[in-house]
Amino acid sequence: MNGRFAAVLPAALLAAALLVAGGAGAQSPDAVRIGVLADMSSLYADLGGPGSTVAVQMAVDDFGGSVLGKKIEVVSADHQNKPDVASSIARQWFDEKGVQMITDLTTSSVALAVQEVARADNKVILVNGAASSDLTGKACAPTSVHWTYDTVSLANGTGAAVVKAGGDSWFFITADYAFGHALERDTTAVVEANGGKVLGAVNVPLNTADFSSFLLQAQQSKAKIIGLANAGGDAINSIKQAAEFGIVAGGQKLAGLLVFVSDVHSLGLQTAQGLQLTEAFYWDQDDKTRAWSKRFFDKTHKEPTMVQAGNYSATMHYLEAVKAAGSLDSAAVIKELKSKPIDDFIIRNGHIHDDGSLVHDMYLYEVKKPTESTAEWDLYKLIATIPGDQAFKRPRGNECPAVKG
Amino acid sequence: MFSWLHIAMPPAPALFAQLLVGLINGSFYALLSLGLAIIFGLLNIINFAHGAQYMMGAFCAWFLLDWWGIGYWPALVIAPFAVGAVGIAIERLLLRRLAGLDHLYGLLLTFGLALVIEGLFRQRYGSSGLPYTIPAELIGGKNLGFMFLPVYRGWVVVFSLTVCLATWFVIERTRLGALLRAATENATLVQAFGIDVPRLVTLTYGAGVALAALAGVLAAPIYQVSPLMGANIIIVVFAVVVIGGMGSILGAIVSGFALGLIEGLTKVFYPEASNTIIFVIMALVLLVKPAGLFGRAA
Repeated sequence: MNGRFAAVLPAALLAAALLVAGGAGAQSPDAVRIGVLADMSSLYADLGGPGSTVAVQMAVDDFGGSVLGKKIEVVSADHQNKPDVASSIARQWFDEKGVQMITDLTTSSVALAVQEVARADNKVILVNGAASSDLTGKACAPTSVHWTYDTVSLANGTGAAVVKAGGDSWFFITADYAFGHALERDTTAVVEANGGKVLGAVNVPLNTADFSSFLLQAQQSKAKIIGLANAGGDAINSIKQAAEFGIVAGGQKLAGLLVFVSDVHSLGLQTAQGLQLTEAFYWDQDDKTRAWSKRFFDKTHKEPTMVQAGNYSATMHYLEAVKAAGSLDSAAVIKELKSKPIDDFIIRNGHIHDDGSLVHDMYLYEVKKPTESTAEWDLYKLIATIPGDQAFKRPRGNECPAVKG
Repeated sequence: MFSWLHIAMPPAPALFAQLLVGLINGSFYALLSLGLAIIFGLLNIINFAHGAQYMMGAFCAWFLLDWWGIGYWPALVIAPFAVGAVGIAIERLLLRRLAGLDHLYGLLLTFGLALVIEGLFRQRYGSSGLPYTIPAELIGGKNLGFMFLPVYRGWVVVFSLTVCLATWFVIERTRLGALLRAATENATLVQAFGIDVPRLVTLTYGAGVALAALAGVLAAPIYQVSPLMGANIIIVVFAVVVIGGMGSILGAIVSGFALGLIEGLTKVFYPEASNTIIFVIMALVLLVKPAGLFGRAA
């Protein structure tokens, strides 16, 4: 009986893993296809996920639905945060489904894997969800652009602000994969460059429910700042449980190094108040962001995150570049993208560097107190605007062969 | 790989704290694996929907509070009954039709149900989860000297241990439990004594599901109330049940708490492996004792 069960369990798990939603739907033979490859169902689904597909479709509709006389189609799939699943979908999209560009790409391990597929196939990827600065560092690729934000800009935003406010000793709770390690490394560089020091770190497996053990270790380190080098559901659980274990009441402070508006909304202001965080976009910046976000909200009943907004911006600029270049050729499109400033209501004062990083203004926000908020999604107040060259400056230089001097 | 070797042995108080935290997680494992063990032991159903039912318990608590302003304490009673009733409907309408068939059918049916239920909740509520606050009576914490123990976590340990022991007592030491166990061995004979075995089976499934929902309500204030919370924990809990011995009530309770402790220690000495250690132990146990630590060979 038990042996039977043991035999069945792996089969069931395999069945679960095979439930890959790769459905591309009906396809017309001659169309320009854009792929949204995202975490559609797990801990990052709310910050990108189905909302990213909506944003990309909005860009396609706003562009007019066709380019170079061809219809534009949006396809999407769930990469389940697994690099192998993501690579095989990307390969299939590029080789068999005629996908010209892949966007979203939340989860750094996934984006790094897909970037290699794109490099081999000479196809364009515009990364919005993943954070690791290695995408434009040692792994940089000629047909990739890292669009919305990266770990360097998060470190220069939240990390620097916290050190300058007196938080000069750090302990990291780090998501144990490419993203967490990159964020810890880049933040450490900024902390040390500003005169702070790092006392320790603990690597936590992705998608962990209970952080109490790691929070206790952080508590015992006596560091002034507990840096959360994680995201999505992991960041939410760490922040919530830190409150429970009296971390802040005990005199230590949390630095959420990557916190999205969806996370803050989920936590509620009571728990999240006072957190400082770095964003490329907030729905309530000005009339243009509000107008676009309202259209997004009408479709999804949520305000957009910077990842979802970034997907809109990236798709729009991609289609404009295709139109201007008069070609779908990857090199021509990337050349066109790099030739002009990137400046819209989502990405401001931007330009694409040779390493593929889109350098643009970032914003340091603080989560409002419950008394300061006037509406369900009224969550942030602006602390500072960080100019692009400051936000994306790497304290230790860049290893990308294209720019390494 | 052995980077932890560089870490000095943490001081004893720190170790106590980690053991206590492990015990807290262990109480969730114990409650959930207990429900699974009851359902498997008495009904021979591998209930893959258990994680979804745990999640539904947490959501039920959230609905009660958000829609009707009904707080934590009533939810602790109402949610298990409500979700248990859903379980009873599932047993009556679906699982019953699989009686006598291979385990695989029950597993596939409940697995499919779990995917459908979790998909529906995710569609409606997203993946980030909804906040549920700790009840006012249990807010705050006590400084134990070696750690700051949130009152709520202490409550979770005491309460789940009580529920586990009470359940064990009912099944192993009362007439009702004796009937249940007899019905598992020989349903026809028990029926011949005038016992309504089908109803007994239905109610037992309902009770197993209610235990999952109870764990869900307990978890709601600690974790976000999230459609994913069940999917994340169910595989671990299955490993716990296999280690304890499929269908063994005591095995489920003991291995639930014990594996919580072991996982807690792993989080200190080699945190990278903290979500794999239980499966390593499962593999080792299956190699040495294929029926599990407390299981009887079939």
